[in-house]
Amino acid sequence: MSNIILEIDNVQKSFGGLKALHNLNLQVEEGKVHAIIGPNGAGKSTMLNVCIGRLAPDSGVVTFNGENVLGKQPHEINQAGISRVFQTPEIFPDLSLLQNVMIPAFAKREGSFRFNMFSNLCSEKEVMDEASHILHDIGLNEQEHDHAGSLSRGDKRRLELAMCLIQHPKLLLLDEPTAGMARHDTNRTIELLKKIKETGMTKVIIEHDMHVVFSVADHISVLAQGTIIASGTPDDIRGNPKVQEAYLGGAHL
Amino acid sequence: MTIPSFKKDMFVMLIFSAVILTMPMWLKPLGAGYPDLLQKFAIFGIFAVGYNILFGLTGYLSFGHAAFLGVGSYTAVWSFKLLTMNVLPAILFSVVLSGIVAAIIGFISLRRSGIYFSILTLAFAQMFYNMAYSVLTPVTNGETGLQLARTDPRIIDNMLSEAGAGLPSPGLFGIQMSGYSGFYFCAVLLIIAFFISQRIFHSPFGMKLQAIKSNQTRMKYTGYNTRPYLLTAFVISGMYAGLAGALMATTDPLAGAERMQWTASGEVVLMTILGGVGTLIGPLLGVGIIKYFENIFSALNEQALLAAYSFMPDWLAKMMVTITSPFVGEGWHLTLGALFVIIVVFLPGGIMEGLGKIKNLFRKRPPDPVEKTLVEGQIQEEKA
Amino acid sequence: MDAILLQILNGLDKGGAYALIALGLTLVFGTLGVVNFAHGALFMLGAFCSVTFQKLLTISKQVKDTSITFFDAYKEMPYLEIWFGDYGKTIIDWSVPLSILFAIPVMLLIGLAMERGLIRHFYKRTHAEQILVTFGLAIVLQEIIKLSFGANPIPTPAPEIFSGTAPIGALFGLGESVVYPWWRLIYLGFAFSVIGSVFAFLNLTTFGMVVRAGMMDRETVGLLGINVERRFTIVFGLAAVVTGLAGVMYSPILPPDYHMGMDFLVLSFVVVVVGGMGSLGGAVAAGFLLGILQSFASMNEIKSIIPGIDQIIIYLVAVFIILVRPRGLFGREGVMED
Repeated sequence: MSNIILEIDNVQKSFGGLKALHNLNLQVEEGKVHAIIGPNGAGKSTMLNVCIGRLAPDSGVVTFNGENVLGKQPHEINQAGISRVFQTPEIFPDLSLLQNVMIPAFAKREGSFRFNMFSNLCSEKEVMDEASHILHDIGLNEQEHDHAGSLSRGDKRRLELAMCLIQHPKLLLLDEPTAGMARHDTNRTIELLKKIKETGMTKVIIEHDMHVVFSVADHISVLAQGTIIASGTPDDIRGNPKVQEAYLGGAHL
Repeated sequence: MTIPSFKKDMFVMLIFSAVILTMPMWLKPLGAGYPDLLQKFAIFGIFAVGYNILFGLTGYLSFGHAAFLGVGSYTAVWSFKLLTMNVLPAILFSVVLSGIVAAIIGFISLRRSGIYFSILTLAFAQMFYNMAYSVLTPVTNGETGLQLARTDPRIIDNMLSEAGAGLPSPGLFGIQMSGYSGFYFCAVLLIIAFFISQRIFHSPFGMKLQAIKSNQTRMKYTGYNTRPYLLTAFVISGMYAGLAGALMATTDPLAGAERMQWTASGEVVLMTILGGVGTLIGPLLGVGIIKYFENIFSALNEQALLAAYSFMPDWLAKMMVTITSPFVGEGWHLTLGALFVIIVVFLPGGIMEGLGKIKNLFRKRPPDPVEKTLVEGQIQEEKA
Repeated sequence: MDAILLQILNGLDKGGAYALIALGLTLVFGTLGVVNFAHGALFMLGAFCSVTFQKLLTISKQVKDTSITFFDAYKEMPYLEIWFGDYGKTIIDWSVPLSILFAIPVMLLIGLAMERGLIRHFYKRTHAEQILVTFGLAIVLQEIIKLSFGANPIPTPAPEIFSGTAPIGALFGLGESVVYPWWRLIYLGFAFSVIGSVFAFLNLTTFGMVVRAGMMDRETVGLLGINVERRFTIVFGLAAVVTGLAGVMYSPILPPDYHMGMDFLVLSFVVVVVGGMGSLGGAVAAGFLLGILQSFASMNEIKSIIPGIDQIIIYLVAVFIILVRPRGLFGREGVMED
């Protein structure tokens, strides 16, 4: 049994009268791809927001790498090693693709603040090479000098993924990385995700597309009404009647 | 979008310096070759270049920069009064003190963004302005403004030599700060200021500021603590404003509170926008155009207009005078306001955007903002 | 005790002006989502409506001065006096209240023209661009006024019967020393009735209901197939009228000059921020609150403890509110909290 990198312990969060997260417990093993599935409104995105410090839970503890992350600033959590791909792409639309990936690369190298105003960007060769390289990996190197805002939605999501990958995070959180993508783009993303899997990076992935889930996940947890109702290997989940009832509406996979 | 190489930047700096230093020559045919106006170009140039570091790179719209200008002016005059008529200490104190004031105001104001930030800076500017007329009158001398007097202590000067009979004037080790020497002094400082701004624009630091403007949320979740970045930009631009204020005091050693009114901050915003916000050279173009036309327009009157239209038939000339006369002389501010509206409505990118559009027209190919790419820059560097 | 009451009263008329201006500003910001830096200029234009009307009423011709008999003397005499005698005199005396009738259509037209001509193209632009373009417009408007009316304040007196002071103290049995200028009392009553009408309009009419719904959720209202655009125009016109009337009635208290708009602009933004962006009730409450606060700060007893506090108190409060409670005192949760 490898060690647990992320542990969510008894987290509660309600918005007004609505309980978004209810006694949520989750453990993510290092080096695994952990998929979270569940119906709309089950609290999946809320869970990720708690992990990256965007939302403060009402009670409970979130431990990453043995450290409590609650109460930390978003940038501190990122510097500790968690990167996230958002549901709607969060990129720098006014900067070039290359600069979009250089920014996170600098964050990884220099930490949360450095006043390096007298070095010229062109002399930062290492960072630039690294950035070019990763753009090549995701197939966007041709457009590296275009404004990121001009990309298609699918390309924006892949760019955001590259921005997270260049940081070599200990834990990568993906919020529906293929939502709204055409089949062709989805397949490309699956290939990319499989490639990352070989690097041994731990990932938590929220996904509606079962094709994507079953092709990349090592472990699946099912979230319904703010709590985990089932957890196990893909085969366990596929056969679990409780899951089928709660989430799949009785349909067989 | 483009990141020029260090070599190319140096080349630009060389041309820039040459253009600035030869201004008295090439502006003469335009009727603007006299030192007073040139000095104004240089001083407001520094102000706008600094303002652009905040507004252009981070997108934070401050209405409080006139306060730093005022702090700079008052500090400089006090330095003349208490220590010495030498401009160097005056400038040094002004820059440091306005930097400190900017750090305090920035620390508070930058806790909010968007319109709240603008209103906070506005509130601070008004506080400074009102205090200059009330509590701070011992420092600012209220409505009269702070002036030099023969009885000022001037400790350092008086230790070195006997006080002269008349009012002394600011100087740099014996060089008077009026006329062309005054202009060249301001011009050299402008070149340094521009150089620093260029370094910031093309550094990782500058790129991060632009990234904050583009998407601050992403910056936070990418591991950046954005507030110190913003504060640094704010303080730097505040110091530029302080420097400009000090230089105003060296040209004319008198500091008044009207310099600190928030509408005075509006003027620097206009200059920056007119030229092209977020571009390196744009703010300077804006300053040049506004100060040049201010100089011409505010001197015009109806007679001058009539003379200018003399080639037209009489009735047409009279009509043109009636139409245009509200916009000149006293009405120069009306022209300025109208220009402001027109620019924001039709050309939010300012003159630089206009030039870009014209360039693309002649090129007969689809507009492409990315002209000189990073790779080209690299290749040039490798070749060299 | 008397002194405190007096300060509250003194704060109320200024507070009334703040509240009216802030009400218009909030209406525009809440429904249209536009940060209008030309709003102070509307207040100024209102005050100059009163000036213009007074000038119109006193258009004069030279007539022989009959009181001087030993040589031919001429004096300026308004046509109104020539035509209507003492009635004419009374009309001129009442020019400020009468100019309300003149100001309503004028301000409405100005408001509609501003919205149609400029503001509507900026709904989708950033707040910064809205600030810049309306700031430019404000400069244009104030310079036009400066060119047409000169730079000096123009006195516009209130009707003569209101020129004295009201013995408030004697009325309420609080001591003779508590007196209050009649006109300020009238201003206060006027402010309350305008505020009351605006709230009644918004709460009792279908149009008002749509506007309030638009303040809650603009997109949904648009999706319901309601012509939001036209309503926006009318709301802007309404805000211009409210703000303009505040200026008309304020002209006897503060003789109008061209830069009063910019002075009141900053103050009204401060009021809106303190009350809570987009909260109409908040704007009104904060207006009165800040007016009273400012009047207390200008008491000599307070000024001797903290010198100059009267000049900056309002801004200090604004800074404090923005930092501690960005949604303002009465703002809804989640509205403009960033």
